[in-house]
Amino acid sequence: MNAPLFLSAGATLLLAFLLLALFGHAIAPYDPAAQDLLAMFDPPSADHWLGTDEIGRDMLSRVIVGTRITLAIACASVLFAGTAGVALGLIAGHFGGATDRIITVATDLLMTVPSLVLTIAMVAAIGANAVGLVTAITVSFIPSLARLVRARVLELRELDYVEAARAVGMRHPRILLRHILPNAVSVIVIELSLMAGQAVLVGTALGFLGLGVQPPAPEWGAMLGASRQYLEVAPHVAIIPGLAVSLLVLAFNLFGDGLRDRLDPTQ
Amino acid sequence: MIGLILWRLALVPLTVLGVVTILFVIFKSVPGDEATMIAGATATQAEIDNLRHQLGLDRPLPVQYADHIVRLLHGDLGYSATFRANPLPRILERVPATLLLTAAAIALTVAAGIPAGILAAAFQHRWPDVTVSAGVVALLAVPNFWLGMMLIALFSVQLHWLPSLGLTGPASLVMPAIALAARLIALVGRLMRGIVIEEQRKDYVRTAYAKGLARKRVLYRHVLRNALIPIVTVIGLQTGYLLGGSVVVERLFAWPGIGDLLLTAVGLRDYTLVQGITVLFVIGFLLINLLVEVLYRLINPRLR
Repeated sequence: MNAPLFLSAGATLLLAFLLLALFGHAIAPYDPAAQDLLAMFDPPSADHWLGTDEIGRDMLSRVIVGTRITLAIACASVLFAGTAGVALGLIAGHFGGATDRIITVATDLLMTVPSLVLTIAMVAAIGANAVGLVTAITVSFIPSLARLVRARVLELRELDYVEAARAVGMRHPRILLRHILPNAVSVIVIELSLMAGQAVLVGTALGFLGLGVQPPAPEWGAMLGASRQYLEVAPHVAIIPGLAVSLLVLAFNLFGDGLRDRLDPTQ
Repeated sequence: MIGLILWRLALVPLTVLGVVTILFVIFKSVPGDEATMIAGATATQAEIDNLRHQLGLDRPLPVQYADHIVRLLHGDLGYSATFRANPLPRILERVPATLLLTAAAIALTVAAGIPAGILAAAFQHRWPDVTVSAGVVALLAVPNFWLGMMLIALFSVQLHWLPSLGLTGPASLVMPAIALAARLIALVGRLMRGIVIEEQRKDYVRTAYAKGLARKRVLYRHVLRNALIPIVTVIGLQTGYLLGGSVVVERLFAWPGIGDLLLTAVGLRDYTLVQGITVLFVIGFLLINLLVEVLYRLINPRLR
């Protein structure tokens, strides 16, 4: 539809979330852990703009402070997966032969396990905490990235300027980093920003299932998991963190789609 | 065609073997084995060692691996602490519920996504198009479990129209299927809109109109037929999402499928059960993909 608008809307939203993640504790009107047992399940009011939860904690403060957790998990997973996936894809695509075959078979195998099932199985093995979560999301993201980068490298490898670089005796790392990677960057950046949105969805889903960041940390998914049993008495406790998740995913999606329209006219 | 199916079927056991091996390595490389889990926190070292010996966990890893594979070939997934036996029958009895949920989600995707896309294309840049396009953007951002919770809040808690827990009849299928299908409906809707807009500019459509064919007939006989191929492709590509997403949706709605059982297994640290269910998901993934490919070839004459 309107690519420049998408891009700037996504970037603005992301910037807002970034500020919340950095200065959340200063912005939040209350201590996110402070309980007020005389104000349980208060609906939104002048004192508590978004109401309070089952032990009287301020929802607005919890959602604001929780931004850092979700954003950090998403960014860390995408950064690690990006580094590993790009490295594997470059190596597989550039060297070909047995190296390529081993990497391709491994990624193909991992891609037959539904991504969320793989994440859950890995969290079961590593542990239900932020480290386990980031590791599991990272591993589940690597195969598709490696495949994408490999395909791009195979395209670029045949081009004359790469051939020329090889002919003048340039060494592999230099060809990969100076000639091939820069031409694959736009594809990678687009994929990573869309993946960040997916990482937010997976991270909060695992928090919701009790397999991610554990309460009492104000993680959005964990807050949603706790709110499930209070849907009848206090729907606002379930609505607010869900809106926060949706907005953050929306921001990454708009940014990624806008970027794709800007950088990749073939799509 | 038959040859292709047989070849792909022959690849299934090989792929499963690869995945089983990866899972074996992952679960053997983490601290704490099945024996410590089964024995519990209060067990003495002697009790744990004894259990480890009974389960064969004190043997060298290559021997354990070989034994694991041989047992799998006989349909034995290993000792599940939850069921105190080989869990295969208990897993299989939960498969129909998951199949029902995913099939309903796919049916809903086709029934809602295709008309939405056609509607948007027919009224390009006017309010039906704006509505559908905004809906697509929203549905792609909303977590499926939260959408499910909001449906429960509205249709179960407020209106008392639909049951919120378990598989109790056709009505209980509605909300889980919507929650699971939302993302796919958005993807198919967006794709369909693009296809219809693009195809309408093509020569064969102009010719059809020029012959005096009615708009509906051109749409159904010509455009829709060409749209079928990319739509089958996109649904096939989302098989992994469907199966993974079903895990979360099943837990939310207490749906008695294998996804719900997987989460129970994770909660109880029953690694045998976790690995068994993961492998079953992989087999499901491979078979659905094969089905999609067969379908793809059937509707695409260029590949016949």
